[in-house]
Amino acid sequence: MELKYIGLDEINGPLVALQGVSGIGYDEMAELRLSDGSKRLGRVVEVSEDRAVLQVFEGTKGLSLGNTTTRFEGKPMELPLSKEMLGRIFSGAGKPIDGLGDIYPEKYADINGKPLNPVSREYPRNYINTGISSIDALMTLIRGQKLPIFSGSGLSHNKLAVQIVRQAKIADEDGQDFAIVFGAMGVKNDVADYFKRSFEETGSLQRVVMFMNMSNDPIIERILTPRCALTAAEYLAFEHNMHILVILTDMTAYAEALREFSSSKGEIPARKGYPGYLYSDLASLYERAGVVKGASGSVTQIPILTMPNDDITHPVPDLTGYITEGQIVLDRNLDQTGVYPAVSVLPSLSRLMKDGIGEGYTREDHQMCANQLFAAYAKVSDARSLASVIGEEELSANDKSYLRFGRLFEKHFIDQGFDVNRTIEQTLDLGWQLLSTLPKSELDRVDDEHIERFYDAKKAAVLFGL
Amino acid sequence: MDRIYSINGPVVKVKRSRSFSMMEMVYVGNKRLISEVIGVNSEFTTIQVYEGTTGLMPGEPVVGTGAAMSALLGPGIITNIFDGIERPLRSLAELTGAFIGDGAEVSSLDTEKKYSVTLTVRQGDTLSAGQVYCTCPETDVITHRCMLSPLSKGGEVVWTAPDGEYTVNDVVCRIKTPRGEEEELTLCQRWPIRTPRPCAERLPINRPLITGQRVIDTIAPIAKGGTAAIPGGFGTGKTMTQHQLAKWCDADIIVYIGCGERGNEMTQVLEEFSELIDPRTDRPLTDRTVLIANTSNMPVSAREASIYTGITLAEYYRDMGYHIAIMADSTSRWAEALRELSGRLEEMPAEEGFPAYLPSRISEFYERAGYVKTLGGSEGSVSIIGAVSPQGSDFSEPVTQNTKRFVRCFWALDKSLAYARHYPAINWTSSYSEYIDDLADYYRKNVAEDFMEVRQQISNILVEENTLMEIVKLMGADVLPDDQKLLIETARAVRVGFLQQNAYHKDDTYVPLEKQYRMMKLILQFYSLGRKALEEGAAVGSIIDMGWIENIIKIKYDIPNDKPEMFDEYSARMDKDFAALGGGVAVGA
Repeated sequence: MELKYIGLDEINGPLVALQGVSGIGYDEMAELRLSDGSKRLGRVVEVSEDRAVLQVFEGTKGLSLGNTTTRFEGKPMELPLSKEMLGRIFSGAGKPIDGLGDIYPEKYADINGKPLNPVSREYPRNYINTGISSIDALMTLIRGQKLPIFSGSGLSHNKLAVQIVRQAKIADEDGQDFAIVFGAMGVKNDVADYFKRSFEETGSLQRVVMFMNMSNDPIIERILTPRCALTAAEYLAFEHNMHILVILTDMTAYAEALREFSSSKGEIPARKGYPGYLYSDLASLYERAGVVKGASGSVTQIPILTMPNDDITHPVPDLTGYITEGQIVLDRNLDQTGVYPAVSVLPSLSRLMKDGIGEGYTREDHQMCANQLFAAYAKVSDARSLASVIGEEELSANDKSYLRFGRLFEKHFIDQGFDVNRTIEQTLDLGWQLLSTLPKSELDRVDDEHIERFYDAKKAAVLFGL
Repeated sequence: MDRIYSINGPVVKVKRSRSFSMMEMVYVGNKRLISEVIGVNSEFTTIQVYEGTTGLMPGEPVVGTGAAMSALLGPGIITNIFDGIERPLRSLAELTGAFIGDGAEVSSLDTEKKYSVTLTVRQGDTLSAGQVYCTCPETDVITHRCMLSPLSKGGEVVWTAPDGEYTVNDVVCRIKTPRGEEEELTLCQRWPIRTPRPCAERLPINRPLITGQRVIDTIAPIAKGGTAAIPGGFGTGKTMTQHQLAKWCDADIIVYIGCGERGNEMTQVLEEFSELIDPRTDRPLTDRTVLIANTSNMPVSAREASIYTGITLAEYYRDMGYHIAIMADSTSRWAEALRELSGRLEEMPAEEGFPAYLPSRISEFYERAGYVKTLGGSEGSVSIIGAVSPQGSDFSEPVTQNTKRFVRCFWALDKSLAYARHYPAINWTSSYSEYIDDLADYYRKNVAEDFMEVRQQISNILVEENTLMEIVKLMGADVLPDDQKLLIETARAVRVGFLQQNAYHKDDTYVPLEKQYRMMKLILQFYSLGRKALEEGAAVGSIIDMGWIENIIKIKYDIPNDKPEMFDEYSARMDKDFAALGGGVAVGA
């Protein structure tokens, strides 16, 4: 027998409460039917013997205490899954919105997922070639990694994401399928169009699954969007052995939705009004990247977030940085000087890089080249701050050579352009050439053997017109 | 039968029940989810569930166990990997697959495996709490000593099993208590995780925990039985530092608690530690390691418990007379778990939403460290090294500040050092150790008589450099007089050559105290010879051009750890070079 409840007891923001209900499980889904025949979905967020609190995904606009009938489904939210999802577009709650009708599901899965047992994880080792020098050389993306892009409003993170999608290649090309799952949370309609159009133009639409929640869609749906996207990704990766790259944008909009929802539930806020469980909640998303022992697929995540006021200590980028395995930080100054991608090298990092590069993966000299580039570029910023005080003329010859290195590095290495796709060999050779513009004695992270092989000041001088 | 009244996340309430006591372990729901009672009043019993509550319904049963949340202690702990409530993850994977399911009941210890047990007591002996009654080899390097539980009153041994092969649940000994009751002793015992295990007395702390990491061993050393905190923003290398300490510190056993951190990191520890060979024992590091992995996406209440489970295991091995080092990565995640649960209980928050009892919980945890004389009469220690992840890299936030009050060693990780890829990114000016004075004797006796003075001189150079850098930042290094230029160059040798350490280099990843001392001596020799040369009229440029700074910076790679005698060569060559320089100057003048 199916029980239906007529009417509601309380409406507060996205939440409704029902009195006098029984047999309802925590996290269960419910369907609310309005008197005009329209349907909305809800989820149980608190339950006691005779009362249940539901969050309504489509919002509570138009609901009254008397005009709804609620039917509980007896199970948590499940997403229908099938390989046909590739090339399709879904709403943030997983309903097809491209007008091609429902998919024929092979199975259903709980969108909350389950924690992956650490002993069943495979340590990620193989890299993904993005064709972007700054990322490939200095913060290499590894299969099964979660590497977010920290950006700001108005910076070119969307363009970068599209470029990564277009150029990304699995290193060993062992004929396995590679696909993208794209989750948009609270993005502007034209941004969503930009992604759709770019995927079409590059011919990659057939290997993309899109979940779209626009900025004017209900916030509760936004909380489901990344979960739907990751459920689809896990399904494709671990049951169809595909390599999946998940792009989630914009995590800040997601966190704000969570905050709005939390405050309407009357929860005690922690920092900046965000709920105390923001860390655990973000972790429940980010940790769904990885490689599972015994499966040949992988889930790699590139979440994109905009730092409010470019503040990296804001709770969302801060907590994200603690969970993810590194970060790619974009810089407004570089962006304003026309550098694309405006990757700020020093605060960027890939934690898994050290085990996924070098001999057998990229090239044996990769680690050394990257270390030296980092160290040299760190000295560039020292020299620059000194130059801003005492003037460039007064600097020592050494500091001047760093200033020159900094300029060349930004011009030739970081500023790459949207259409340039470099192989890892090209990237590393360019790195060594740039390092060759510095005095030999400054290369303190490189051993003599590699200096012998790669240091060529004369060639560099010709190359960069010094 | 008690039934669930309400569910909110991991918090479940039972209405009007008198059957539960505080901190009792209970099973919730039809799936028997492991849970703990955290609040009792006449209206409601509040319970936190250690597993996911999705699908749980009001009306499902709640069953008490009559015992507090406790850990099962016995052979089979070392080399294992547990979740926050001591469920072995390998068995869980066999039971529920790659993704962890709910309500899986597995024994903490392998009940099938047989250990070769040697009884150490005979019929007629008296056995008191903490005394060993049998031993068995647990791994190739750890001998497990089964002790009478501190909860027992002790008594006379009335029966012992013959030496042989036994499982953890086999009875190997029976004792008769003074009241005439018989107690059966197996290889294992239970202990409530939130209660510190007792010891005979706390001993003074005066032996260092040698880590082979130069900046730690010389600048801010930690003692066996001591406490240290490693605060640092993301990307500054907290986890990397913890891994280095876990690999190389001279504790007998490492308890590594991955508390609310990344899953891939735990996988890395598992992989790396099974491949790395402990130089002292020639066995893989896993043979002395136990891992507690409650990653950030595993249930938050189990994360709260993981810290206590870890320290209980450590205290158990301490009582056998071992030295244990606990790595807790990260205590901030644990504090956040406290905050999250406190929020669900609608408690009044103090700073930044953290509960008012945060400081007392932190101090309770760190106070469980110590160097003790055990009930059994041997000596053992538990050292705690806790990583702290300050929100927004701001050290004034509540967890960092409260931790700072209760630890005696503070290794502050610095973002700007990490950006410059100076690892370990431990800032030498803001880090400190209160153990210096306690350990001075040890260093004098075991390394060198003048170790403390040498250490002080090195740290003076760094302090002076720090002051000079203010001027350099404003006016450039060129305006400094020669002796200050020399100091800045020497300080660079200290920073790059001594403080910076390469964890991926086979020699540099662990450096014995002897070599650390000789390295410092060589730097000081350069500095004093340089100053003398300056006084005799040499130009600072010619001193720097000698290339000794570069030589010093490369010593860490050029002199292998097992050839300290090479330092004598270096030292003699430096004397010669400076003599030649002095000669050159004299001729020129």
